[in-house]
Amino acid sequence: MTDFPRIAVVGFAHSPNVPSTHGTTNGVEMLIPCFNRLYDDLRISRTDIDFWCSGSSDYLAGRAFSFISAIDAVGAVPPINESHVEMDAAWALYEAWVKIATGEVDLALAYGFGKSSAGDMDRTLALQTDPYTVAPLWPDAPSLAGLQARAGIDSGAWTETDMAQVAARTDGPTVDDLLSTDYVREPLRAHDIAPYADAAAAVVLAGEERARELVENPAWVTGWDHRIDTPNFGARDLTRSPSTKLAGDTAFGDRSRDVDVAEIHAPYTHQELIVRRELGLGSNTRINPSGGVMGGNALFSAGLQRIGYAAHAILGGDARTAVAHATSGPLLQQNMVLTLEGEN
Amino acid sequence: MSVPAPESTILSAELTNSFDYTRSLGPVLSQFALALRDGRIVGSRGADGRVTVPPAEFDPATGSATADIVEVASVGTVQSWTWQPSPTEGQPLDRPFAWALIDLDGADTSLLHAVAADSPDQVSTGARVHAVWRGARTGRIDDIAHFALGDSAEAAAPSDGEPIADEAGDVVITTPIAMSIEHSATEQESWYLEGLKAGQFIGGRVSTGEVYFPPRQVSPADGSPTVERVTLPDSGTITTFCIVNVPFLGQQIKPPYVAAYVLLDGADIPFLHLILDVPADEVRMGMRVKAVWRPQAEWDHTLRNVSHFAPTGEPDADFETYRNHL
Repeated sequence: MTDFPRIAVVGFAHSPNVPSTHGTTNGVEMLIPCFNRLYDDLRISRTDIDFWCSGSSDYLAGRAFSFISAIDAVGAVPPINESHVEMDAAWALYEAWVKIATGEVDLALAYGFGKSSAGDMDRTLALQTDPYTVAPLWPDAPSLAGLQARAGIDSGAWTETDMAQVAARTDGPTVDDLLSTDYVREPLRAHDIAPYADAAAAVVLAGEERARELVENPAWVTGWDHRIDTPNFGARDLTRSPSTKLAGDTAFGDRSRDVDVAEIHAPYTHQELIVRRELGLGSNTRINPSGGVMGGNALFSAGLQRIGYAAHAILGGDARTAVAHATSGPLLQQNMVLTLEGEN
Repeated sequence: MSVPAPESTILSAELTNSFDYTRSLGPVLSQFALALRDGRIVGSRGADGRVTVPPAEFDPATGSATADIVEVASVGTVQSWTWQPSPTEGQPLDRPFAWALIDLDGADTSLLHAVAADSPDQVSTGARVHAVWRGARTGRIDDIAHFALGDSAEAAAPSDGEPIADEAGDVVITTPIAMSIEHSATEQESWYLEGLKAGQFIGGRVSTGEVYFPPRQVSPADGSPTVERVTLPDSGTITTFCIVNVPFLGQQIKPPYVAAYVLLDGADIPFLHLILDVPADEVRMGMRVKAVWRPQAEWDHTLRNVSHFAPTGEPDADFETYRNHL
């Protein structure tokens, strides 16, 4: 990306990833503290933001155009430049990146939100599947994940122990303890499935000049790509993720994959194993130092949070290089890879 | 970034949305639907010879439109499976069952469906299964009620006489979708709703001074927070209006009638309500109106507690008093 303008992540905030909140499904209560934190951190006001983009889903809110209500948290006078994606807000950030890359704006904020506790997410996510031949059967999300987990075990790509090790990294109990628990969706146990969370998150992206004004050590974007696999998961090798590999190959280019930090968006333990393999990370890479989504799968902001945490490691001086992965859709259908680098 | 706890009780209620999606299947999936109705399963053969089931509308290898529809067996092999111990509404079986990816004989991809079994011990990767057909079939994927263990194909009962395709062979299917959401009001909306229940109009003043009715958590103009609860009178001014002459589905009042924006005295934003007790052609901008409440016994958390607004007989408001609130 030698001819590309330099663009950096300069700010990140998220509300706690909690099992439930008292707030509305439009996320306003969760978003306001995130925005205020970013304005304070960067010493900017809301009118300094040139472009806003959000990621959320009407299916979580149970009403049409729910993302419009969230704009109350922004304040739309004087009129704002705004867009929305019905995907994880990592994709909203990508749209913001394109907007800056075109030279149209200098400072952009992407946010995502979802009140998972308002509905039954295992069922709601079934509606992401093919509406003709799959969704009418109402396959719940963890059941689909169970099919993918077993495909990997049967093929020898991973074991239940490998999966438990992913959970044990943040969970506390030992691998043996975890493996002695009951199946929830055989071969998945409770520790293999990220619990849904209510949360909102926001990330600020800036062009080079603006980034240097705002923070001491911007987290420069060195590569960014997102790809998609067929929605027909019955026609895929579920143990692999070609879209992650392709996105990773483009994002990394010929740079080292031995980055300091990798934030991986994996709502199921075996999915982290798939993504790690496709990204070809180095042995020194710290995986999900934030805890990843196992502490709370904040629908529609969890991927943005991964980018935020990866950038935060650089902004805060804990890493010089980082990679973030985000996913959207059932069974790792769509995948995004973003590489970041600091100067200090 | 914690969210402050609300100071007043938040109102919430379950909201169940349901919608029957009507889908035109097009030339490829129509053939899949027609075959299901006959008790058969078809797929598509790609340029590389691989057979995709359900059929793909475009060749996965070349992207060209699918031309070659082929029949596969209703018997196949489990490629992967999981156990669903607590089936939910709409799933193929109402007792514990296995979800499976099934490679039907003659297919190169897997079909997702349910496999009936008494326990997970009976299911395994590589197990042979066969389709169990519904008696009455409509061209939907759940015409296959579920799969059962064992590889003896079961013949489907003959389909009934009703055709499901149009003259061109295209099929339209209906799939009902329903979901429940626990909808929560904001703290300020909760004041408002409790106020209505008590026969009061409660708005909210934001930090920049404007009073919103209904109150919002923050000013939608600039995001400034609501800082004060304001009880408003039930009198106000018509800022603008329209006369409804056209009947439409679901209409509850006989036309003509007037829908008007009413700016309550002391509020900075008007809201829509009904104007009655005056001929429609006499309603005008600036007219002073007052709420006509339904009997108190009927009051609930809704603006329907106000039957309508009616003229007060006062002189019209000066345009300058509402020109900034149109």
